[in-house]
Amino acid sequence: MSVLVFVEPADGVLRKPAFEAMSYGSRLAAAQNMQAYAVCLDESVPEDSLKQLGAYGAVKVLHDRSACFRPFDAQVFARAVRAAAEAVQARIIVLSLTYNGRALGPLLSAHMQAGLVTGAIDFPETNGEVFRIRKNVFGGKAIATVEVATAVKIIALMPNAVAPVRGEGVAEVETFTSGLQESDRRMRLTGVNKVSGKVALSDAEIVVSAGRGMKGPENWGMIEELAEVLGAATACSRPVADVHWRPHEEHVGQTGLAIRPNLYIAVGISGAIQHLAGVNGSKVIVVINKDPEAPFFKAADYGIVGDAFEVVPALTRALRRFKAGEMTFN
Amino acid sequence: MKILVCISKTPDTTSRIAFTDNNSRFDTDKVQFIINPYDEWYALVRAVELKEATGAEVTLIHVGPADGDAILRKALAIGGDRAVRVDADPADAYFVASQIAAFVRSDPHDLILTGKETIDYNGSQVGGMLAGLLDYPFVSLASRLDVAGNLVTLERDISGGKEILEVPLPVVVSCAKGMAEQRIPNMRGIMAARTKPLTVMTAHPADPLTRMVAFELPQTKQGVKLISPDQPEELVRLLHVEAKVI
Repeated sequence: MSVLVFVEPADGVLRKPAFEAMSYGSRLAAAQNMQAYAVCLDESVPEDSLKQLGAYGAVKVLHDRSACFRPFDAQVFARAVRAAAEAVQARIIVLSLTYNGRALGPLLSAHMQAGLVTGAIDFPETNGEVFRIRKNVFGGKAIATVEVATAVKIIALMPNAVAPVRGEGVAEVETFTSGLQESDRRMRLTGVNKVSGKVALSDAEIVVSAGRGMKGPENWGMIEELAEVLGAATACSRPVADVHWRPHEEHVGQTGLAIRPNLYIAVGISGAIQHLAGVNGSKVIVVINKDPEAPFFKAADYGIVGDAFEVVPALTRALRRFKAGEMTFN
Repeated sequence: MKILVCISKTPDTTSRIAFTDNNSRFDTDKVQFIINPYDEWYALVRAVELKEATGAEVTLIHVGPADGDAILRKALAIGGDRAVRVDADPADAYFVASQIAAFVRSDPHDLILTGKETIDYNGSQVGGMLAGLLDYPFVSLASRLDVAGNLVTLERDISGGKEILEVPLPVVVSCAKGMAEQRIPNMRGIMAARTKPLTVMTAHPADPLTRMVAFELPQTKQGVKLISPDQPEELVRLLHVEAKVI
């Protein structure tokens, strides 16, 4: 019996979501005296990168290099992960709640009649047959404990919830043949629009977000500059996306994207509860708003009451000096 | 073309979030229930737009007790042609997906739309499970959807961008922001909805796979530390030295 971790690279490279899931899966495996395996369905990932998963606790990586896995078809992936899970007799399957993970989890759950927890934020609590795990609900306004009663359990881990732990070790990489073929894929990719050079919002460790207080789309330059100096992604509040000042992909909140970066900087956003719901999982929140009564200050760790048009450029300048090593702190 | 729109009932986004029965159940006292916004704004409105453009037929399905009829009537007022309510407690996503799958097996639909998740339990599960149970292709987080003949063109959110895909019908699609704009039902729609068929069906036997056993509220922040607007260096220092996030 084992724990199987589905690792998903981005553009052929394994990144933090994969390391988080692997690290989480191997800690789970250790607690239950099981082995941790990984499965990778991307032929473009070099064997050497897969071996590195050993440092996050993987004993072995099953690598299916079939070309049928591109583009992503959730049904094809679910069937391949199921085949891998059966090959290693997995009792727990771990995946990261990425865009693709969100599609894969429920299909796998239906195929295997295995209970799924979407967006787990913690390690499970186990006691004999009882298996309980916590996840955010109501867009982060509450946390639910979910009990999974099935023999096989699937955990879709919320990105940025559990830090990856890197140790020593090299995983064995084994060629795996799930039996899935090109003819199984029912989708055809006709185009990709990637916003290049920008940090993807869902994976970003730092997010700079702005709202109606910016007065108009022409004033976003200073937000982008602040984001750039921090290596951050940009986001916005719902009203701003609704009037098309910013693309809707940037909308964070209860009806937009829910994110949990390490640092969330909100500029000119009052902090309606629907907005807070999507961001209150952030580790540290900074609020910049000229209205001292803005409800967002109650949910913030640090705040500046002031005019964004002055504070944001000044903060960007200070951060540039900090990044250039021109600031020393005692 | 027959389109099925899966409708969930969720608390209004401004609802007070509290729990009862020793924190084991959501407290519905004074809570107003609405159509899950993703189901309404994106899945349902897009289905109605396709109906207007192509003459498709739009069926609505909801799994839940009788108080769900009110939201089904509203969905009919927005433009659904008929509604089905499976009269059962929606125990978990798998149970709900099993009910919808059973309905689709008896009454096939070509295009099945769900919202990307419900705003209460944030499961994002029913659409994918339904596709798994029916062995239909599944496209999640679609922000655009067009149908020409048997072929569906979709734009799907991926990390850092969008992917454009072509998929043949039948297909299950989870709908995200961008697909359509919210519509307010007009008086004619509301009147027409009163006489549109709403069928109540008994549940298909299925066992839930998971159960929510307890709820808690997140820890509140310690209180904000205010920094003077003319001292951005102090904020940089705190973020580096104290919060250790830069």
